[in-house]
Amino acid sequence: MPEQVNINLPEGSIEKQTTRLNLGPTHPATHGVFQNILEMDGERIVKAESTVGYIHRAFEKLAERRPLYQITTLTDRLNYCSAPLNNMGWHMTCEKLLGVKTPKRVDYLRVIIMELARISDHLICNSIVGVDTGAYTGFLYVMQYRELVYEIYEEVCGSRLTTNMGRIGGFERNFSDTAFRKLEKFLEEFPGVWKEFENLFTRNRIFIERTQGTGAISAERALNYSFTGPNLRAAGIDYDVRVHAPYSSYEDFDFIIPVGTTGDNYDRFMVRNEEIWQSLSIIRQAYQKVQDFKGTEADVYHADAPAYYLPEKADVYTKMEALIYHFKIVMGETEIPSGEVYHAVEGGNGELGFYLISDGGRAPFRLHFRRPCFIYYQAYSEIVKDTMLSDAIVTLSSLNLIAGEMDA
Amino acid sequence: MSTHYDTIREILSRQFGDRILAWEFPYGMLSFTIQPEFNLKALTLLYDDPDLGFQFLTDITGVHYPEREGQELAVVYHLHNLAKNVRIRMKIYVPVAKPDVYTATGLFSGANWMERETYDFFGINFIGHPDLRRVLNVDEMDYFPLRKEFPLEDQTRIDKDDEMFGR
Amino acid sequence: MSAETLQAFVVFYNKSKYMARPVRFNLIEKDTSDRGINQVMMPEGHIGEGFFATSLDKVVGLARKNSMWPLPFATSCCGIEFMATMGSHYDLSRFGSERVGFSPRQCDLLMVMGTIAKKMAPVLRQVYLQMAEPRWVMAVGACASSGGIFDTYSVLQGIDQVIPVDVYVPGCPPRPEAIIDGVLKIQDLVQDESLRRRNGDQYKALLEGYGIQ
Repeated sequence: MPEQVNINLPEGSIEKQTTRLNLGPTHPATHGVFQNILEMDGERIVKAESTVGYIHRAFEKLAERRPLYQITTLTDRLNYCSAPLNNMGWHMTCEKLLGVKTPKRVDYLRVIIMELARISDHLICNSIVGVDTGAYTGFLYVMQYRELVYEIYEEVCGSRLTTNMGRIGGFERNFSDTAFRKLEKFLEEFPGVWKEFENLFTRNRIFIERTQGTGAISAERALNYSFTGPNLRAAGIDYDVRVHAPYSSYEDFDFIIPVGTTGDNYDRFMVRNEEIWQSLSIIRQAYQKVQDFKGTEADVYHADAPAYYLPEKADVYTKMEALIYHFKIVMGETEIPSGEVYHAVEGGNGELGFYLISDGGRAPFRLHFRRPCFIYYQAYSEIVKDTMLSDAIVTLSSLNLIAGEMDA
Repeated sequence: MSTHYDTIREILSRQFGDRILAWEFPYGMLSFTIQPEFNLKALTLLYDDPDLGFQFLTDITGVHYPEREGQELAVVYHLHNLAKNVRIRMKIYVPVAKPDVYTATGLFSGANWMERETYDFFGINFIGHPDLRRVLNVDEMDYFPLRKEFPLEDQTRIDKDDEMFGR
Repeated sequence: MSAETLQAFVVFYNKSKYMARPVRFNLIEKDTSDRGINQVMMPEGHIGEGFFATSLDKVVGLARKNSMWPLPFATSCCGIEFMATMGSHYDLSRFGSERVGFSPRQCDLLMVMGTIAKKMAPVLRQVYLQMAEPRWVMAVGACASSGGIFDTYSVLQGIDQVIPVDVYVPGCPPRPEAIIDGVLKIQDLVQDESLRRRNGDQYKALLEGYGIQ
């Protein structure tokens, strides 16, 4: 505990001295491992000091020991609410380094999965904002529909949360018919549910009074703090990596970037809500495009890059080439170009960047993750200054801070 | 390279001349290396010049090259001009014996924790940083874990047989 | 009187079809007509007109088992799966763990979910020390059990280095079913625990092994 700093009480305060309150690292209201040491004037926060690192797992050092395809498991555990997004971002970084060009169908399948991941991420964030403002029902209601997304993941890759989905160059197997049927079911059922969820909140007077005007950050400050994603868009800046640097054929889709005006909790909530609708629209378009592939094109699920794409296991046992490439990839005999790549994707909560330095070895020489949560959280003490404690809690959840991503 | 990149090169070269040590264009991102003591001047120019306008700091990180004598540690800045949608990368190399670099916190509030993280991992001393402490690791840690000479694994572990795990 | 005749306590209700739910997860519809709900079995004992006699530890075990208050100590990915476990789909409250308390003073079961970094270890230990006896600990997921894939300088290699653990749930992260299974295992432990265990020498030695008085 640092020594007592002498903080002057604000004008008009009825308190005699400030109180120090330790919020976290395991506080029930923080949904993750965040620590804030707050100087309180009654209920008002005079000063906040944020501490992180309670779940630092040394991803970047760990990545220096792992071949490229093994790092996918690490990216799962960054923002675990939208793991496939991180997986795909990592695969695309590798493809950029290795010069692998993916077919259109792979791109569209990726878009479907990435937008599903975005929906599940925003869904958790918004329902948790609801919980923190006192409305538990919405959370319990929509959690059930997140399971529908997880069922699709399971059908595609066999795992729910930490998906480890896809490979460098595409997917490990083609989407089954069941996966598409589950997707259709999701597209059919989810909009109605989300509409209901919105109706619970967007015009709810309690919710509006709790969120409007609290936890606001101006566009200038947000930019200066390197905000990205929904939190920046809520402040009114239409920066979206999907549009500014389209990856995975996002240029083929028609969608809008929702922006807010004030950057407060309500705007962040509404931006995420609208992004869910946009994501649904993108998924529909992508699914339509996937269905439009006919003949042999309709079975393409990976790039034709045998030197980097791990072959299917059945082929490894039966085909000579597949066995050779499998051996070469697993034993690190493939040629990896040396170079520096920065690739960014629009993650669940902002620009998720991968800065990869390769020296030609099978493992990266250095891999740095640009983690949006880490960057948001440093602005937290500025945002919550002079607000009420209960608003600070809502701000924490509406910034969508994920401890795993923050601390890497 | 498009004309905009030429403009950027021209403005930077005019200002800094041969203090810019190298220009690169790897994988579609303009990248340059500058003498370490000019990092803040370069960042300020990139920020202030209306033709450059790199007012968004994407990332700061460090790299350790143990075999490059005299310039073992690198600090890498990724900047973004959101209006023109151009990215640029700036690199500086400092010796591990004296890793002093000027801080960018005056320009970008977001640089605060990024620099603290770089200090935490590589021990780069950002001069003028308001609060240069470890951010992710425990304060008592006495080494900089991402430098190449330090092992990844927990050395206090006794339940792993070294022979079995190849260390 | 044997346990079989006490099957009358097992109530089957709702023979008719369940109310239509808004969502179905199985594409193939299952026959749910004969699915009943099991109530808790009565412990062995003597029953007569207006009385039932059994040993005290069985009654205590029964009561404790079915009213556990879990304290979720969720740090990362496994915490998200715990949210799913607590959520409407898997619904842990069916197992008497309805009341998730966040105050260690009131809770019986510490569920550690997610990676515990070395920076976090003292906090975890502090939380454990604040809990009142009898207390149980469940390590959910590979990270809490053994450090998982994070064999790194900053991660505690399993929470059993700082606090005693009763049940380990493997998986990275474990599915909600696995977490529920872990809770059931804890319930078995709770039910069969001797009333004297917490005062015994063995338990004291265990705690002393962790430096806890």
